[in-house]
Amino acid sequence: MNGFDYHRPETLEAAVAARAGAPDSAYLAGGMTLIPTLKQGLAEPSDVIDLAAVAGLAGIGLEVDRLTIGAMTRHADVAASAEVQRAIPALAYLASEIGDAQVRNRGTLGGSLANSDPAADYPAAVIALGARIVTDRRTMAADDYFKGLFETALEPGELIRAVEFPVPRRAAYRKFRHPASRYAVAGVFVAEIGEGIRVGVTGAGPCAFRWTALETALAGKPAPAAAETAPLDFRRFNADLHASAEYRAQLVRVMARRALANLAA
Amino acid sequence: MSDQGIGQRVKRREDVRFITGKGRYTDDINLPGQAYAVFVRSPHPRARIKTIDASAARKAPGVVGVFTGKDLAADGIGALPCGWLVKSKDGSDMKVPPRPPLAIETVNFVGEPYAVVIAETLGQARAAAALVETDFEELEPVVSLAEATAGPQIHEGIEANRCYDWELGDQAAVDAAFAKAAHVTKLEFANNRLIPNAIEPRAAVATYSAPTEEFTLYTTSQNPHLERLILAAFVNLAPEHKLRVISPDVGGGFGSKIFVYPEETAAAWAARRTNRPVKWTADRSEAFLSDAHGRDHLTTAELALDAAGTFLAMRVRTRANLGAYLSTFASSVPTYLYGTLLAGQYRTPAIHVEVEAVFTNTAPVDAYRGAGRPEATYVVERLVETAARETGVDPAELRRRNFIQPDQFPYETPVALVYDTGDYQASLEKALKQIDYAGFPARRKVSEAAGKRRGLGFSCYIEACGLAPSQLAIQLGAGVGLYESGEVRVNPTGSVTVFTGSHSHGQGHETTFAQIVSDKLGVPFESVEVVHGDTGRLEFGLGTYGSRSVAVGGSALIKASDKIIAKGKRIAAHMLESAPDDVDFDEGVFAVRKTNKSLTFGEVAFAAYVPANFPEDLEPGLSEKSFYDPKNFTFPAGCHIAEVEVDPETGVVVLVRFVAVDDFGEVINPMIVEGQVHGGIAQGVGQALLEHGIYDESGQLVTGSFMDYCMPRADDLPSFEVDTTVTPCTHNPLGVKGCGEAGAIGAPAAVMNAVTDALRVKDLAMPASPERVWRALQAA
Repeated sequence: MNGFDYHRPETLEAAVAARAGAPDSAYLAGGMTLIPTLKQGLAEPSDVIDLAAVAGLAGIGLEVDRLTIGAMTRHADVAASAEVQRAIPALAYLASEIGDAQVRNRGTLGGSLANSDPAADYPAAVIALGARIVTDRRTMAADDYFKGLFETALEPGELIRAVEFPVPRRAAYRKFRHPASRYAVAGVFVAEIGEGIRVGVTGAGPCAFRWTALETALAGKPAPAAAETAPLDFRRFNADLHASAEYRAQLVRVMARRALANLAA
Repeated sequence: MSDQGIGQRVKRREDVRFITGKGRYTDDINLPGQAYAVFVRSPHPRARIKTIDASAARKAPGVVGVFTGKDLAADGIGALPCGWLVKSKDGSDMKVPPRPPLAIETVNFVGEPYAVVIAETLGQARAAAALVETDFEELEPVVSLAEATAGPQIHEGIEANRCYDWELGDQAAVDAAFAKAAHVTKLEFANNRLIPNAIEPRAAVATYSAPTEEFTLYTTSQNPHLERLILAAFVNLAPEHKLRVISPDVGGGFGSKIFVYPEETAAAWAARRTNRPVKWTADRSEAFLSDAHGRDHLTTAELALDAAGTFLAMRVRTRANLGAYLSTFASSVPTYLYGTLLAGQYRTPAIHVEVEAVFTNTAPVDAYRGAGRPEATYVVERLVETAARETGVDPAELRRRNFIQPDQFPYETPVALVYDTGDYQASLEKALKQIDYAGFPARRKVSEAAGKRRGLGFSCYIEACGLAPSQLAIQLGAGVGLYESGEVRVNPTGSVTVFTGSHSHGQGHETTFAQIVSDKLGVPFESVEVVHGDTGRLEFGLGTYGSRSVAVGGSALIKASDKIIAKGKRIAAHMLESAPDDVDFDEGVFAVRKTNKSLTFGEVAFAAYVPANFPEDLEPGLSEKSFYDPKNFTFPAGCHIAEVEVDPETGVVVLVRFVAVDDFGEVINPMIVEGQVHGGIAQGVGQALLEHGIYDESGQLVTGSFMDYCMPRADDLPSFEVDTTVTPCTHNPLGVKGCGEAGAIGAPAAVMNAVTDALRVKDLAMPASPERVWRALQAA
């Protein structure tokens, strides 16, 4: 690990200013990706801006139809939150399945979304629920947020403050976890919301995406069998040591069917 | 003391310090003025080192020195030896490539160290290591085991990258038996490469005293005396009497810490060179790259049966991967620890095995929990199960028909071993009852109704443990004897300090050995202290591996205790004015037969050190040593049954039950034995379902972290159902056989027999990963 200057701002303004003041700096949220990357020498920021002390970034608020979760809220806190469990139990369940206990006690919602790891869990929920990502300078729709492998619509220095999740009528998440890392090899979040059912897929592609063909096939009804036949183009799916693209496609179908069955149950 | 003697579930006394964070591991040791070593490692699987430019590194802040292989060689440091000579079929010696601690002319696997940076802080050493500029000429690597003999020649003078081509058994008899067989079962498979991953990485802290020319090396070794012997006699680091090796608390070894490695050697040398204590602790990435790996075989195996299902012969051809160099005991693993076990528990009259051991541009491969015996068990038990399926005989019944019977012991196998005792059917029947074998078809139906597949698999394994009778081992090529030392030192107040050449790195020796000596001498368990792991405190020792500690090290303590009792009788006889032959010793009391005259053990101990009027032929003191050399191997055996449920949609295999009925002979501490079995099964299940060390075609290790290399975790495993049967070992004083490796030996075949049963396929490669299972079902 190379040396860097460490900042621990207490306000959002100070954090953003510190980041702007050092072009090669990095925000530190839970550090679940940044710290290993630093240790391996794959990232060499001049300054690390720790967000842990920034006021107002952590916390969970529930209004009638909207659940707002601060960017620095830990996975364990989302999993254990009575509000989340009441409003979107599938989201609490998703958080409880991330990584292991150490990761859940350190990792944050904002960190996960800013990193956009193709195998992270949260993006599936953000996509399926049509969440809104609130940053220090704007609010983005989930559909506009994920751009590619570790790529998002965030501009340099832009900081996620919170995520607003519309409360769905029903939702469910099913994940096939990687046996070693426990990331999602394939994860599917389904949500009955607004006019229909939205389907968010993580793990399979370069970044989380909506499986619109399945959404169309479902036409608002949680019919699990549709997941077996809805068109699914896996040519650009991830392929690695642990799962080929073809196998990932199979897992997406199975996870989607099981999530839909859970939705209908 | 009976509640803490032999056979009792005494809680492990060492666990108090381990679970309260008070263990003292090598990395916990810090010496005044110590500097830190960081190794510069090859990024290439095979390359010629053209130039190393360390000038920038030497100028970096805090750097004490930067050294290369040439510096060590110039100082007379020799190559790391292999301690077991194997001969090829044609009688020629195995080919041994030189392995300098730091590579000099060529690097031969990714992660091989070729330079070391010593600096004031770890961070400075790391930063400077990144400044070492090396010009490599990359060479085409040999990565594929299957094509290793056809690849470019890695080492000068070693044609076809072949270390040896070994055989055992009567080939003509085997060919004749196959010619008349009613059925032949044939399998071809790989035994997957494993990476040991002890929780504590390897480490060394070395210090050198210039005035006395003495080294002290603290290191993570399973056998510190052997490390000292090799560093003194072969590597030329220092004379043996000037080198003290201390192996303090060690957090797991599984074989990987038996060996003498480059890093510990170079760190120790650097302490003298820089006149500073030097510390090195591997990080996890280094451990993945540079610890000796395990297994990695390609095998074709055939079993010939007659029409009644009697085994006639077995034919096995294996290609074993040794990696880039011969690690300390690498040559013995795929030969004498493998081929000799192919009789298993059966009366197979003719067996022939050929093993071609080859070099590749991968990390060295050496003993890993089970060491050859898991590979042998996998061959035998996959063959037997497959033969049962092919001939339509129940797999339990086919085994019964072929078991060596209790009245046939001692039983000489066609592959050079003499089993002393066993009762294989007893373990099988007990395991069948425990798993409710008769109820399996109903359980399978329940699974199938839920859309799942269910399978059951056996593994009736045998292992040769208690390594080893020295005469036999030396005949077979061992460079050392394999006895063990023990010393029982009775202190004047009657407490006892026990010194053992065995080494504990998780096995619980401090408890088990105290139980043995406490029971034998009739002194309280709390009054017995066990000392191990320090060449400065112990006379000699061969260390711990091959499930040998209680069978060999424990037996040495029994012999030493017998001498204590004999001496005590002489002292008691003198004090009680009787003859030694008239003194009995029982439960800690010396008593003159048919009298009321007696002395406690403590009274005799005190008198031994405060001798009043001792006769001339009775020396003061009460301390005795023994070197115990076993007369034979021990032969733990048992029956493991795995039951799995497979999700055909995802390919996920869930191990739902695992029954292990093991015959370890007598058991000193059943709780510790169960713990050993549990850990072994977990590792065996890991091999079958989760673990795989993979190099890609370019020679890079692609499973170099826990993100990709999957160790078994608690939620991958069911609650194990373990039990024992007992046929006491016939040739050691405790009747014990050893238990440390059984789980890792038995489990892979049991799990894979269950998986192939569930899938109804002949074979499937380990690990049975979800995609592999799913693809097998798509193809079926």
